[in-house]
Amino acid sequence: MPAGSTYSTVATTTLGSNVASYAFTSIPGTYTDLVLVCNFVKSASNSMGFTINNDTSALYSYTTLYNLNTNGTTVSSNRGSNDTTGYFLSYGAHSTTDPNIYIANFQNYSNTTTFKTVIGKGGDPSRSVGTDVTLYRSTSAISRIDINTRGIGTITAGSTFTLYGILAA
Amino acid sequence: MSPILGIWASQNYVRVSPSYDSIATTTVGGGGTSTVTFSSIPGTYKHLQLRYTAQSTRGSISADNVLMQLNGAGSGYSRHFVWGDGANPASGATTSATHLWLGTIASTATANIFGVGIVDILDYANTNKNKTTRSLFGEDLNGTPASSNGLLGMWSGLYPSTTAVTSISLTCQSASFAQYTQFALYGIK
Repeated sequence: MPAGSTYSTVATTTLGSNVASYAFTSIPGTYTDLVLVCNFVKSASNSMGFTINNDTSALYSYTTLYNLNTNGTTVSSNRGSNDTTGYFLSYGAHSTTDPNIYIANFQNYSNTTTFKTVIGKGGDPSRSVGTDVTLYRSTSAISRIDINTRGIGTITAGSTFTLYGILAA
Repeated sequence: MSPILGIWASQNYVRVSPSYDSIATTTVGGGGTSTVTFSSIPGTYKHLQLRYTAQSTRGSISADNVLMQLNGAGSGYSRHFVWGDGANPASGATTSATHLWLGTIASTATANIFGVGIVDILDYANTNKNKTTRSLFGEDLNGTPASSNGLLGMWSGLYPSTTAVTSISLTCQSASFAQYTQFALYGIK
């Protein structure tokens, strides 16, 4: 019987159809951090979003740093406050052979003392690369993560999302 | 299952050694602490990763910076950054520094808000290479106060020594680490 693993797969999915959102539910509180790894295509060129615990109240804010330019000459930083969804940077729509990628870290996700800060990095093949941080102003432990298109378009069938748990000593 | 099949199965079971191990974790208690140190780091891994959620006790200003020293060295570091505050991206560099910088964190001026970071130290035990570090950090304040929008970005750092890293010391630039701050060190094979 192998010893307990520090870095474990919590759940994974490959979408069988186009969807506006996908949820990881019943996330166990036994890890220290969560890592969400995304490889996806979507129908529209816009940023993605996420909600925590199916909470769509205006408790999300974010700061971004990115290049959004096909020739790589412009760096920008934006922010948003009191939003109803968190922020995943990934602008491109793209094809199944040129997917978007994104990795989000939900650190200390199961504690019930602090607000939750989520940091991610991502990019798409032709337009954007960058990083973003989202603050979710709730001390609730995270047990559900919904990935969404911020109301624009759908996530394409074949996209993959994998949630990992990291367990500290 | 017959005993013979059970024995065969146990002998042929592929025992996979974990590649990502938790080395040590520190969570700051009540009253805070000025320094978090990881010492006697084993040299048996290929890389190190430090993951943190942190808050400073700097009560008057909503931001502070996490600093790092390796093996107790207090000079000779160089570092580069790129960051954005929600409006203005910026970059810069410093040489001959006393510390590496890992990132900016929130403070007790904004209750319950912690900054986060992920720091990689590759080939930390290699005695043929100087040590390069890379951190991804971020904190958002929901625009409160209005002059402090939050900050995120990346730092790279150079520790110009071929000595294997056996200790990591972490401090705040302006104050101490507040309660519930957590640093977790992992080894990657």
